[in-house]
Amino acid sequence: MMGVSVHGVSLLGPGLSNWAEFHEIVAGRRPYHQGQETRIPIPDVLPPTERRRSSAAVRCAVSAALEALRQGGMDGRDVATVFATSDGDGAITHQICDGLSRSEREVSPTAFHNSVCNAPAGYWCIATQATTSSTTICAYDLSFAGGLLEAAALATVESRPVLLVASDLPSPFPLHAVRPVRHALAAAVLLSPSSGSRALMRWVIRLDRSLPVTPPPSFVAETLLANPIARCLPLWSALARNAEEEVVMEYVDGSVVAVACRPQG
Amino acid sequence: MTPLSITGMAVVTSLGRGLAATWEGVRAGRHGLRPNDFEDAGIPTWIGRVEGIESEPLAGSWAEYDCRNNRLAWLGLRQDGFDEVVERARGRYGANRVAVLMGTTTSGILETELAYRRRDAMGAFREPLRYAHTQNLFSVTDFVRRRLGVAGPALSISTACSSSAKVFASAARLITAGCCDAAVVGGVDSLCFMTLYGFASLDLLSPEPCRPCDVDRSGLSISEAAGFVLLERDADDRADVAFLGYGESSDAHHMSSPHPEGRGAADAMAGALRSAGLRAGDIDYVNLHGTGTLANDRAEDLAVCRTLGEATPCSSTKGATGHALGAAGVTEAILAVQCIRQGFLPGTQHTRRIDPTFRSRVLLQSRRGLVRRVMSNSFGFGGNNCSLIFGGWP
Repeated sequence: MMGVSVHGVSLLGPGLSNWAEFHEIVAGRRPYHQGQETRIPIPDVLPPTERRRSSAAVRCAVSAALEALRQGGMDGRDVATVFATSDGDGAITHQICDGLSRSEREVSPTAFHNSVCNAPAGYWCIATQATTSSTTICAYDLSFAGGLLEAAALATVESRPVLLVASDLPSPFPLHAVRPVRHALAAAVLLSPSSGSRALMRWVIRLDRSLPVTPPPSFVAETLLANPIARCLPLWSALARNAEEEVVMEYVDGSVVAVACRPQG
Repeated sequence: MTPLSITGMAVVTSLGRGLAATWEGVRAGRHGLRPNDFEDAGIPTWIGRVEGIESEPLAGSWAEYDCRNNRLAWLGLRQDGFDEVVERARGRYGANRVAVLMGTTTSGILETELAYRRRDAMGAFREPLRYAHTQNLFSVTDFVRRRLGVAGPALSISTACSSSAKVFASAARLITAGCCDAAVVGGVDSLCFMTLYGFASLDLLSPEPCRPCDVDRSGLSISEAAGFVLLERDADDRADVAFLGYGESSDAHHMSSPHPEGRGAADAMAGALRSAGLRAGDIDYVNLHGTGTLANDRAEDLAVCRTLGEATPCSSTKGATGHALGAAGVTEAILAVQCIRQGFLPGTQHTRRIDPTFRSRVLLQSRRGLVRRVMSNSFGFGGNNCSLIFGGWP
């Protein structure tokens, strides 16, 4: 069992521009409007060169990371990072595979360095001057649960704050046909092993088997779930409601990642 | 960190199938590089291709995983009695307590590249692309854990060329945190057009076999490999060699060139020493990342000197194996363990004159000698660094 405190959290998705909006929707004080696109800001922390070179996938992940970090009031230079993604950057994959299918076989150097799965992590480290450890993981549909496990192990074993940043974006045609992610969604959470007075919640995380998986919150429309990172929503809802409950997420081969949520204060 | 036993290893490189083939090549000063003959990729460079994969498709119930990368993974899993040691660990701890953590940078993207060429007039794929089982980065991890019949935590780690070094660090944490008792860690990366043309676009491919640390070095030689290591928490029957420590860092400098003074590399190396509870003088040999690019080798030389001083013997084995990208970390970790077991320090193949600005002790010639502890370096795009230390039990 791994105990971590939650110091900051964020969400960026269709009709969800930040954590405060999600909080209002969960509380029933604001309706959730379906059918919107995710509006991805250009993060102000990126230096001009990186701002110009960054892809939507980078901007999406970095924006979510920034909101959670600022909410937790920590300095990015002190925080290790775990980036989780199911598919990496489908737009870059498309651009490169399309270029390779033509007779000139041109690959742009910028597209190539953006093609590494840890591109958002690289941009984040440059933007925040974080020289700390950074890992990028992938577990297909289970990438959020896998990333949470990796982040919790890093925070507890090395006794340091860790920022988990999970994100996925739709791929362009024709890749979209084989991996129909509907919209861009990014979620980040700032964890530390110690329970501070400013923590939003305490999570006790464990691997288990054969427990029923927690369903998504009631307001969540089917379309919102068409992104693997949406599997964070039951846990994000528990955070928003400050609820004492156990959230269970599917992981590999019948195993689950179970999070016992303990409200603070 | 608490040391972990290394109870199994398996590897396939361009030098051959199985540990003996790769090790004999390194020991005898042979290399697995050849003028680029990968598909119709007409780039004038040298590559390390694993022969025979093209004619060994995955069949039967595994056919949906069929792609160059998973074929290479399967080839690796069948070497060196690896399935038997995993079977024993499964019996000892239970299938749920054995993790699988694999590094890869491109997984089975070659399937997608070829499917793009065959698109119809509207740009759609002509035949179904088995995306989840081939191109997706988790595909290789999913394939390996199913083939080995284990059901513990499973993740792909994709941090460019440090990927299959990082898996050792993640495994150590998952074992310490109690999420598993043993972990199959490794890396599989296979040749594809994206890496060849991508590195060519950055002018980083050598027109000759790569010459790490040479004054006339001109870039890297891309290769492919599959490597697997079984790590177990302190077992009753301790293995002779253990994984002792890891260090991870980020450059926070540039997406595709290392920090010019090797700042991040030095941080990772110092972190590995701290994690292992060792001092600079305890390291007998460093297996360098040593890709043969101007920037990497220069920055790494500075980092080695800053962290370990100028006396520690070091070399790059990429002249023998080529640079297997997401499989480089584990390939070189396996070579590090062999150096300890065999009492052998490999030289740097193809390198004739060491860059005179370098101050670290780069070995040109192989030699025998007592090797108690080895540091293995892996650095990747995005400024992602990882150093590992292997050695006898403390």
